Amino acid sequence: MRARRWRQVGVLMIGPLLLGLASGCGGGGRPAPLTVKGSDTMVILGQRWAEVYMSAHPGTIIQVTGGGSGTGFAALINGTTDICQASRPIKEEERKQVEERFGAPPHETVVARDGLAIYLHADNPVAELTLAQLRHIYGGRITRWNGVGGPNAPIVLYGRENSSGTYEYFKEHVLEKGDFAVSVQTLPGTAAVVNAVARDRNGIGYGGAAYLKGVKECAVKVDESSPATLPTAENVRSRAYPISRELYFYSRKVPEGPMKAFVDFALSDPGQKLVTEVGYFPVR
Amino acid sequence: MAATPVSSPAVAPAAIPLRPLVHGARPRSLRVREAVIDVLLRLCALSAVAGLLLIVVFVLREALPVLLDPETRREASLERFFATAMWQPVGDVPKYGIAPLLLGTLKVVLVAMVFAVPVSVLAAVYASEFAPARVREGLKPVIELLAGIPSVVLGFFALIVLASWVQSLTGAVSRLNALNAGFALGLGIVPTIFSVSEDALRSVPRSYREASLALGASRWATAWNVILPAAGAGVSAGILLGLARAVGETMIVLMASGNAAMISGTPLDSVRTLSASIAAELAEVVVGSPHYATLFFLGGILFLTTFVINVGAGLFVDRLRRRLAGA
Repeated sequence: MRARRWRQVGVLMIGPLLLGLASGCGGGGRPAPLTVKGSDTMVILGQRWAEVYMSAHPGTIIQVTGGGSGTGFAALINGTTDICQASRPIKEEERKQVEERFGAPPHETVVARDGLAIYLHADNPVAELTLAQLRHIYGGRITRWNGVGGPNAPIVLYGRENSSGTYEYFKEHVLEKGDFAVSVQTLPGTAAVVNAVARDRNGIGYGGAAYLKGVKECAVKVDESSPATLPTAENVRSRAYPISRELYFYSRKVPEGPMKAFVDFALSDPGQKLVTEVGYFPVR
Repeated sequence: MAATPVSSPAVAPAAIPLRPLVHGARPRSLRVREAVIDVLLRLCALSAVAGLLLIVVFVLREALPVLLDPETRREASLERFFATAMWQPVGDVPKYGIAPLLLGTLKVVLVAMVFAVPVSVLAAVYASEFAPARVREGLKPVIELLAGIPSVVLGFFALIVLASWVQSLTGAVSRLNALNAGFALGLGIVPTIFSVSEDALRSVPRSYREASLALGASRWATAWNVILPAAGAGVSAGILLGLARAVGETMIVLMASGNAAMISGTPLDSVRTLSASIAAELAEVVVGSPHYATLFFLGGILFLTTFVINVGAGLFVDRLRRRLAGA
């Protein structure tokens, strides 16, 4: 009698659990979605690709999420995403982890190029900076705008969190691996940086060229004698703009099936047209 | 409302059929059912405690390499946390100076408390001692509704609106700063302090008020010299609970403080707090790395701080209860 009671209670508690599992696993003929995760810089681009691709291929479901390049690589290593979008090349450490777990190095595809724009407030008279000036500004050695030909006002620095691929890229390529000034205010997301600079007459920020709203971009030159260039399609593709980088897809193995179709679409003419629409630069 | 006659209270209890409570007469199935219910309730109570313990063990275990693991300690150890004043954990030469984070947390919390404590305690005094009943019935839910605003909304408000006001008032160079974050954080903890303080003030026995007024004290003198001191322990508990929330609050400071890890004396500079650092960095950190262990160590510091504050608040509440009941 007592035992039967307990069994009933057991069934009551475990039954729904089993049901939940079954419905979670079965899926009833719907294909598993293709998951794309990683760089915050690339979220919008990935979503546009996915939208257009899915409307042409109604059978395929593609889920695109952000979190940052590092998050994407972590998900790739843990097997929780199919494609990792990254705004930086994979690190040796991450490559090794993929190889250890899955027996082969990850597959890399360059899908777009990005120019890292320098944002200034629209009323700032400064129009161009050299890489060295940028290094000194963000390193905290130039602290007022009159140090670079602007008005006598303090420079307010904005940047990205140290968890972002953009942060690492900027630190490596502009600061030449030096330290950021302690006064750099870090904001979550490029849109937040743009927003902050748009509201701050003395502000300067950096981030993807796709987010230019309410701020002006600053022309950048390698040194005093070289020409100053803006992050335009021309300049980024020809690498005349000095702060540009590649945007990648990483997968655990060479793409095949639906994944290959999606990657091919991203690289196709319509796919590369979307790259331009979103504000990045085509690779082909 | 006041005009409706009081409905008869005698009907309700009869609706519940009572089973005989004599032990021997209880059917077996009922006993089994009660035993099952007893076990289930016990499991629920235990799971809450177990959850807390597991979290403590987990945080400490992940933070432990900072103290024990020689590999980690080459980059991040207690000495190194204070050897540099720079917090730049990502890069070829990572720098784990936590002094600016501690100072930043202190600054923001201080601003929040300076703003929130007088406002909420005085609001509680007004609500319990001066406000007419109808105003009080309106005031309390409205202030407590403030507690229902998600902190991300408060943070966003501070980022977009409050920051511009603070800047135009103070002329601060940086829009996002400790003052701005502190104000927003203060708004977030007002309901906590208000609610607990108001309860404490209202639980002061009526006889205290009557005695004071009978001796000729004004209402204000009564509130300030009699009621507030009598409820002092409860009000202190409210302040401490608010403090604990301020120390641990993340989203508001993450959005409103600018997150620059600077050491400076003015509240007009941007600050980076412990909680904001964890929130901003933990998502991308390599599991098991020195940076990872350091973030958990910061989490441990936060946990310990709020734990001590909460225990302190609990002691105050006990004292209030004893004082009002006994002496």
